[in-house]
Order: sequence, then structure tokens, then C-alpha cells
Amino acid sequence: MSDTVVSIEGLGKRYRVRRSQSGDRYQTLRDTLAHAASAPLRWLSGTSSGAAVFDDFWALRDVSFGISRGDVIGIVGRNGAGKSTLLKILSRITEPTTGRVTIDGRVASLLEVGTGFHPELTGRENIFLNAAILGMTRAETTRKFDEIVAFAEVAPFLDTPVKRYSSGMYVRLAFAVAAHLEPDVLVVDEVLAVGDASFQKKSLGKMHEVSRGGRTVLFVSHNMAAVQALCTRAVWLDQGTLAREGPVSEVVNAYLRSGEQPTTALPGQPLRAAPSLDLLRFDLSPNPLTSGGRLNFDLAFRAREATTISELALLIYSPLEVRVAILDLRPFGCPIALAAGDTQSFRGAFKSVPLVDGEYHVGFGLRASGHAADHLRLAVLRVLGPPPSAGIVPYAPEYRGVVEMELEVSPAHG
Amino acid sequence: MKIVIEPGRAAAHYWRDLWRYRELMSFLAWRDITVRYKQTAIGVAWAIIRPALTLLVFVAFRRMAGLTAGAVPDVILVLAAVLPWQFFSTALSESAASLISNTGLISKVYFPRMIVPASAVVTAFVDFVVTLALLAVLMAWYGVTPDVRLWALPLFVLQAGALAFGLGLGLAALSVTFRDFRYVVPFAVQLGLFVSPVAFATSQVPAAWRTIYSLNPLVGIIDGFRWSILGGRVPIDAAVMAMSVAVTLVALVAGTWYFRRTERGFADAI
Repeated sequence: MSDTVVSIEGLGKRYRVRRSQSGDRYQTLRDTLAHAASAPLRWLSGTSSGAAVFDDFWALRDVSFGISRGDVIGIVGRNGAGKSTLLKILSRITEPTTGRVTIDGRVASLLEVGTGFHPELTGRENIFLNAAILGMTRAETTRKFDEIVAFAEVAPFLDTPVKRYSSGMYVRLAFAVAAHLEPDVLVVDEVLAVGDASFQKKSLGKMHEVSRGGRTVLFVSHNMAAVQALCTRAVWLDQGTLAREGPVSEVVNAYLRSGEQPTTALPGQPLRAAPSLDLLRFDLSPNPLTSGGRLNFDLAFRAREATTISELALLIYSPLEVRVAILDLRPFGCPIALAAGDTQSFRGAFKSVPLVDGEYHVGFGLRASGHAADHLRLAVLRVLGPPPSAGIVPYAPEYRGVVEMELEVSPAHG
Repeated sequence: MKIVIEPGRAAAHYWRDLWRYRELMSFLAWRDITVRYKQTAIGVAWAIIRPALTLLVFVAFRRMAGLTAGAVPDVILVLAAVLPWQFFSTALSESAASLISNTGLISKVYFPRMIVPASAVVTAFVDFVVTLALLAVLMAWYGVTPDVRLWALPLFVLQAGALAFGLGLGLAALSVTFRDFRYVVPFAVQLGLFVSPVAFATSQVPAAWRTIYSLNPLVGIIDGFRWSILGGRVPIDAAVMAMSVAVTLVALVAGTWYFRRTERGFADAI
């Protein structure tokens, strides 16, 4: 069934930004009165019409797309691309300037975990308050109360004020209330950024369940792995306009690819890798690399003052920001003591890099004289696919995970 | 159910939504009351102490100024004005500040915004009901028995609530854009106490000033309170009452109009 639940046509949102030096967000009455009082003077002298005081800023512009029942839509884009504005319009918190949205059914939005939670109230009281804020009736909340408490795992602390909760408990309780809403359309903004790993997994599971129940979910996140795991389709917003819309892997990959140009060179100045250590060189070759090939690396540091490098490891991250590998260089001479002005280089090779084609980030983690630091995006390693075997088109990279394993099969019959 | 979101569309189902979210209004009022008395040693007794001390001070002032009226025990005469005044002033200042103190809710959740100032008035009303106990006890002590006019009391309570709500709506909406009103409201309320017949009776105002004086809608409300509680021993004037009701209606209509007109921009401006 693919009837349209949410249809968005030509949606735009304009904010008027005051062009003022002070950067003051609020108008004061005095400003307004002074402005009004001097208006006749300005009119007489014919200087300014007063219209130039505001700048227009379009947070969203001419965005159109439709969402079918049961779809889980990821909304991706850089900060300031209009994601939150879109969610606010869909949640009716703010009005659009142009366009129209039609939603068939009840909308619940979770733009923040624990909106309206009051620290002085107990867990039990906050469940009812928060549920009412999110649009549940008292009867509904009573019916689901036990389920909510079980999901949040806070049963022993129900009558404790939430100000005494650990932050983990607080988040679990807040998410639990929201997760038990039964709207036709659920709008969720980046809530999985909070909470520990096991809770994140549980919340993802709950959202899967919600979407399987035929409900539609809109999900904003900067965590591309979560978007890919959860969503069926995605919308990529770029500077307020719709850059791309389609199946999730397609959109996410296009979005990630737009991110940055491949470089292996360091910017002009040496990078301060640790307070007393500069990075002089960070080279990977060959780049691009054919999957399965040998990758040479060359790092060089110079000490500003006496320094001891006690740990050094190269780190490889997938396009989804998942760590793919850590290459520990400690066995190759660490700890290394450097005197001021000394240079230390590390040259070597990964014998084989069996990665699926795509762009990976390479960086390193370092501990020098007690300071630990990670430098994660020093280079983009572009990996090209192996030459395809005769007659068979390989699966698309987004279906293949990250590791390209070597295979030996002897088909036998009988 | 179909929801259409368009520029200027928020008005379409406003009153229906307001009714649907009525539970939220009582939840917010309940939250404010619960939170106010959490971690206090004497809890709700605070609701009594405030008017009791005000009463004490005003009665003492009246003795010193030689204002004691005669027909009615001073304590009852003053308390019959302190209670509606405190209900009105609390409801007004809390509802005027309500939007700003619920910024988080307004920028993160949709509901008809009018619920927020309305729940502030409800909170003040609950406190007011508690203080009525003080009045009942003192009336019994001084042997003041009300007559049938007492049945009119709810009307004056309603009027005080409506006036506070109307003004509160306007001031709450104004303070979203102009934070100045955070300072204006407490000051105005403080001043209002002295231009309203709380420490004195309307009959003590010089006749020449009566007309200007009755422009203050609190005059009608407080006179009404005294009249219904004291069984008519304090007279009311029809013209003053009519003026008071008229000002209340104007405040209610103007407050609602301004609030509704600016409401759609709250989330962006707050």
C-alpha cells in the first residue's frame, strides 16, 4: 500500500533577520518607540523608508515531496540546511511562509527528549505531564503506564523527583513516553544522539516496531548509520532546498559524497598533533587505491620540545563514520623519546586493504607525553572496486558492507 | 482526520483544538501548584499566610489613619477586598509571564498557546479557593453572616478571572516581543493595589473623583465582593458596575484579538 500520508508542496519558510550591529534578539519597547517617534522626521527628510532594517532569510524554499504510509523517511543535510525548520512546520510549531502541507492523520513530534519534564516532579508525575504535552489523553496514558515504565526501566524510582535521576534514566523515561504515542505520523529529531549504546539500540528497535505497525516516521539525524539502519527512504536538504529524494542508500551516499574533495596533502602549515609535537607529513599512496592492494603510508613528526610518543595508531573510518580498522604502531618502537627539534618518521605499508569501493577517512590517534589526541580526517582514501569477474556485475557498493573478502569456492554436485 | 498546514491556516481549527487540549491546561495548572509547594515545610499554608499578613498590615494602617468605618468589622471589610485583589494580581502577573517561562514548550511542541496563560489563571484560582477558608473562619469569628447576595459571588470571581485573563493574554503576547513587560507588569500590579479600594472603601473616595476612579475595573469587582459577602452593608453603584463589566469585556476581546494575531509568530520570536 503506498497511499500518500504526507504531501508537501512548494513549502517555504522565510525568517526576517534584523540587520543590527548589536545582535540583540529581542526588540525593546524603547527601540520601537524611538523608531516610531522619529518616523515623521525620516519621512520629512525623505531618507529611509525603514524597510531596509530587515534581511530576508529563507530557511526553506520550494520544497516538495510526498511520503507514503509506512515509510520511514530520513532527513539528512548539513547544519542549517532547514531540517529542523521542516520538522517544526510539520509539527505545527511554526507556520510556513509559502506552500502547503497535507497530513492524513494524527501527528506527534519528538523534537527534544523530555520537553516539559519538570525536575521537581516525580517520575510518575512527569509521565502524565509529558504525555499530556505530547497530546495523549489521561485515559491513554493510564492504559500504557506499565508499558512505559517497563520500557524505561525506572520502576524502583517512580516516586523520586526526576532531578535525582541519572541522565541515562532521565532520557530513557522521556523517550519511553514518546515511544508509546500512537500517532499516524511520528516526527523525530536527533533524539538518538543521547543515551547509551544499549538504549540507542532499544530505541531504534522501538522505532522499527512503530514503522512496521504501518505508521509513518520522519527522522532527522546526523548519524548516517542510524539513518541507513532505520529508514527506507531519505530526503537530502541543502541550504533550504531539496537536493535529492529517493531510496535511503542512494541519497545518503550522494550526500556523503558531496562532503569533501579527496586530498592527501596537508594544508600549508604543519598540524599541531600534540602540544609539543607537529605533524610534518601524512601521505598515503597509491590514492586512489584498488581494493585489495598494498597501501603505503608515510608519517613524520617533529618535536617542539622533549616529548615521548607512547602510543600511535592509524585509524580508518567508513563513509558512515564507523571505525573500520585501527592499525597499532606501538610494536614498532614505542615509546619513542624525542629531544627538542628531533624528527621522527614512520614509513610502512598495509599489506592488503580489502575494502569495498568508496571513500574512507584516514587519521591517527596519538599519545605523547601524557596528552592523548585523535586526528580523524587527515586524508580521504578513495578505494576503487576490483576489476569485475567475467560476465558478472558486482552488487552496488552500498549493499556490500565495508570488507571485500577473498573467496575460494569449489562448486560440487551430489 | 486531515491536517492542512498553510500560511495563515492556524486559525482554522483553533477553538476546536483548544477544547481538545483542555486536559493539558489542567495538567499545567496542576504542575504549577504541585511544584510550588514541593520542598516547602508548610506547603499550602503559604496560600493563607500571604493574604493574612496583608490583612494585618492594612487593618493596622486603617486604625492609625482613623479610617475605621463602623457598620462592618474592619477585618472583614479589608479581607473581602484583599482576596479578590490577590486572585486578580496573581492571575495577571503569572499569566503575563507564562509564555516566557514556558519557552521550552512553545518552541518544541504544538498546542493552542492560549492554554498557557489560561492555566496560570486556573492556578491562581485554586489558591484563591484555599484563601476563602480564611474568610469563612474570620466571618464566623466576627459573627458576620452573609445573606442571599452571596450567590452573586461566583459572578464577581468570574469577572476578576476574565479581566486578569484578558489583560494577561495581551501582556503575555507583548512580552514575547518586548521583554520590557517583565518589568512593567510587577510595577503596574504594585501600583494597582493603591488605586483600587483594598485598604479603603469606595465610599471614602471624594465624590469629585468617583468617575475617573470607577474607570478602574477593580473598583466594581471589589465593591461587588464586599456587597455580596457583607450582605449589602456596603452598597454598590450600578454605573460603576456597568463600567467595570464593560472594561472587562474590552480587555478580554482586545487581549484575545492581539494574542491570536501574534500567536503564530511566538515559536519564532521567543
